[in-house]
Amino acid sequence: MAETLETKKTAAEPLFGKKERKLIVDPLNDNNPITVQVLGICSALAVTSLLYPSIVISIAVVFVCAFANVITSLLRNNIPKSVRLIVQLVVIATLVTVVELVLKAFSYPVYKNLSVYIGLIITNCIVMGRLEAFAMANKPWRSFIDGIGNGLGYGAILIIVAFFRELFGKGTLFAGTPIAMNIIGPDSPAVDYWLNTNAEWLSWYSNNNIAVLPAAAMFIIGILIWVQRSYNQKLVDVS
Amino acid sequence: MNENTKTLIFVAIMCVVVAALLAGLRGVTYETAIENEKIFNQRAILLALGDNLPTPVDALSDEEVQNIFQEQMKSSVAVDVEGEVIGDINPLEIRLDEERKKDLSERKFPLFVYENSGEKFYIISMRGNGLWDEIWGNMALESDVATVAGVSFDHAGETPGLGAEIKDNKNWVNQFSGRSVLSDYNGKYTGVIVRKGGAKDKKYEVDGLSGATVTADGVTDMIQQYMSYYEPTLQKLKADGKLGMK
Repeated sequence: MAETLETKKTAAEPLFGKKERKLIVDPLNDNNPITVQVLGICSALAVTSLLYPSIVISIAVVFVCAFANVITSLLRNNIPKSVRLIVQLVVIATLVTVVELVLKAFSYPVYKNLSVYIGLIITNCIVMGRLEAFAMANKPWRSFIDGIGNGLGYGAILIIVAFFRELFGKGTLFAGTPIAMNIIGPDSPAVDYWLNTNAEWLSWYSNNNIAVLPAAAMFIIGILIWVQRSYNQKLVDVS
Repeated sequence: MNENTKTLIFVAIMCVVVAALLAGLRGVTYETAIENEKIFNQRAILLALGDNLPTPVDALSDEEVQNIFQEQMKSSVAVDVEGEVIGDINPLEIRLDEERKKDLSERKFPLFVYENSGEKFYIISMRGNGLWDEIWGNMALESDVATVAGVSFDHAGETPGLGAEIKDNKNWVNQFSGRSVLSDYNGKYTGVIVRKGGAKDKKYEVDGLSGATVTADGVTDMIQQYMSYYEPTLQKLKADGKLGMK
């Protein structure tokens, strides 16, 4: 009897099963940190004016979220109740400082570009929210997957917003990197090069300054929420 | 062991571990970070030269940037407010944010000289205040020591799309090329004025930035201020192309 129970238990918990899959997929759509939980809006408005820094900060959040979850999960039975939040903050702050130091050493222009926003990952509600809600009650492996899922869910929205903001605000994509592309606007050699046509028909466009300002992110996130809910009816009236 | 002792021990261990970890990582990455910052600043100085550089700054590798400073810019010097050369100081090591706090007579100013096939460019560095935080920049002057060859600005915290345009808006930055910092009226270095509502005198003024009046005025003030600091130096360069040693 005991033996059958044990085999059942191990069979029910594969390394990457249905539950783990759900932990990754859920934050991307049904339980997205930004569009459904409405967490982390501040940085989504602030850092999304260019695509490349947004990708960097998304990777940073995935990293911080995943490892903060693992560390907290490992310590979860030893953390004294009275300093629980302080310990979580120290874990997050340490990881963010690691990200900052690494960026400073390996990608200085990006570090300059993101400036205070790397430090502000510490205050990103998503990270602390996952530690408190998930990592304190789950095993390390699952917490790790949950962290990656939430980081990706956050990053996906960030990258979508940044794509539209950079395209309409500056007419470029990936500005500041070797593969920078000038897509629309008065001088767009990229279109010329890729399509091998005269791109003059695209040159009517002049950069939209609102897209550079954080206000544009608000509109784009609003539209994203609208689009998501019109496809995903179960999100309607969750409140 | 009671609950409080346990908590204290936990926190103490946590602090030591975290401090050791971060200190170690910083120690490992410190040298690279300093090197990166140096090259970042060197690129900003070269950016002021604009089209006068054979290859655009973005296309240069880190080694090429350093080579330019070692070969074509080796006659760069540090000057004081009297226009005298201060020996034994690498102009790249002057930090204007610290110099700003000193007494005017004790300040050091970098003067970068770029030589390319007989043509000389003089690059000066400036630092001032924008709307939210400090702004800074470099201005390259042609060999007549009056015509602006190009400028580059940067900022610590201006609003993207508004004040930050002083760095991001290349069309606006390019306006400075060809303007004169030397006034025909009194023979003094008065700088280039950022005029709200559009440049009136195309020789000395550039168009303002809509929505960024305070930052633009900050640029004007910064240029005017540093022109007065560099005035003796630039006058000497204009007169005979040489500077005296202190």
